[in-house]
Amino acid sequence: MNKLQTSQQAISTLQSGMTIGVGGWGPRRKPMALIRELLRSDITDLTVVAYGGADVGMLCAAGKVKKLIFAFVSLDFIPLEPYFRQARQNAAIEVMEIDEGLMLLGLRAAAMKAPFIPTAVGLGTDALAGNAEIQSIDSPYDDKEWLAMPALNLDAALVHVDRADNRGVCQINGPDHYMDDVFVRAAEHVIVSCDELVETSHFHQDSKQAHSVFWERSCTNIVVHTPYGAHPSSCTPLYGLDAAHFKTYAASVKAEGGWQSYFDEYVGISEQDYLEKVGGADSVKALPLPIY
Amino acid sequence: MSDIENNPLADLLICAAARIWQDDGEVLASGIGLIPRIAASVAMTKNPDLMMTDSEAYIVSEPVPVGKRNGYQPQFETWMGFSRVFDTLWGGGRHALVGPTQIDRFGQANISAIGDYNKPKVQMLGMRGFPGNSMSHANSFFVPSHNTRVFVEGEVDTVCSIGYNPERLPRGYSFDDIDIRQIITNLCVLDFATETKAVRIQSLHPGVSVDDVLENTGFPLEHADDLPITAAPTDEELEILNKVDPNNLRLKAI
Repeated sequence: MNKLQTSQQAISTLQSGMTIGVGGWGPRRKPMALIRELLRSDITDLTVVAYGGADVGMLCAAGKVKKLIFAFVSLDFIPLEPYFRQARQNAAIEVMEIDEGLMLLGLRAAAMKAPFIPTAVGLGTDALAGNAEIQSIDSPYDDKEWLAMPALNLDAALVHVDRADNRGVCQINGPDHYMDDVFVRAAEHVIVSCDELVETSHFHQDSKQAHSVFWERSCTNIVVHTPYGAHPSSCTPLYGLDAAHFKTYAASVKAEGGWQSYFDEYVGISEQDYLEKVGGADSVKALPLPIY
Repeated sequence: MSDIENNPLADLLICAAARIWQDDGEVLASGIGLIPRIAASVAMTKNPDLMMTDSEAYIVSEPVPVGKRNGYQPQFETWMGFSRVFDTLWGGGRHALVGPTQIDRFGQANISAIGDYNKPKVQMLGMRGFPGNSMSHANSFFVPSHNTRVFVEGEVDTVCSIGYNPERLPRGYSFDDIDIRQIITNLCVLDFATETKAVRIQSLHPGVSVDDVLENTGFPLEHADDLPITAAPTDEELEILNKVDPNNLRLKAI
């Protein structure tokens, strides 16, 4: 089955009002080309679930977010994500703020089609007390209170991988695949962007290749070939994050009409023009891998 | 690096912080932020039973020096991506040193938002892993600037981590299920009284008085009449510091 589509075709399968999960972590391996395509679309009113970085910031800035389900939004070296911060301080979005691990459990519950997973995580904190949608329950096996983390059922998930074939076999060779596999399994519809589109024979070189494939191809609905599609986030080992670009992005929040200027310059153009605008393929390839 | 450029306070705080792990045995020592991470590195050098990560995705056999690697190759021994970090921490085998923006008399901490939660005056990171950490394993806090904005009079604005607050204790749990160890600040070391869980001064840094600490804390503190001075770094510790922070990043961090 050939699942290859353009990013425009892929994003057109989404609808306003959907709950969308975004893979990656902070400024690391975010499906930014897909996010930019989403920003160019008229899709809005989204519920976004993410370990957030500029993906969340940009969607907030563009007014696409009705509700954000998050544990943090950060660019790591710029700790406070500027547009997320602005959206929160203007009370422009609804939020469900949870623990990082609660997000993992909510996605796992969705992936296993369970309504909730019981956990002690979040008890005694505003992860429980501050969220009307999260309840605690009695256990049939002990006398303690347990937080019932509800399934975070995703209408769609967007993730970025190093490489994929057109059947949806996806490989991540960075040191961490984060929770991408769980986002994929929690979603009804999965759009994967890849830096490199490969023939299936790529995976046959040696048995190690299959060890960096974290979900089976039946989980992948659409494959989009987006070279450098994680930029400005990192896609270790292919390229690092673009600190200078993130600084430009973060600084734009301080200017009147700053988001619109950023959008016009970097989002409202084709991905080919975007790549040229940020320095071209060679310069992205040369971005140093982050050291934590 | 000449003596003029040394930073005795940074060294003192790091070595005081490193001691939070000294009796921990074989647990994951997580220092979040530069100073806590250097502290964990000192602790693991002294007690190799401790485990640390490279702050990315692997457990390493020795602490990775902070900053530029200058050719240093981290000694990976076990994959430890973020999903596995949760498997570890939910099991309790971790002691984290983290830097909250607000801490209250119950040891509850906030890194999420200041002010009205629905329209925060200052939106920060979000609660990150604080709820799960505080319910699962030992935690200590690092406060580089001890003042009443950090140590607040009432409850923290957003309760990100569970503390010794009877009002918020979940049904079926006791204070024994919560393990907040120490708070290392630029003025002193605090801990929690064994029975009452009241915050108390454990030691004062050189030149700091009890009144200095009380004036800069928004809630009462228990303290002995005669408080010890926080132990100065040993020669061994100073030697380790130069190894785990070869670029002297700590000098500008405090």
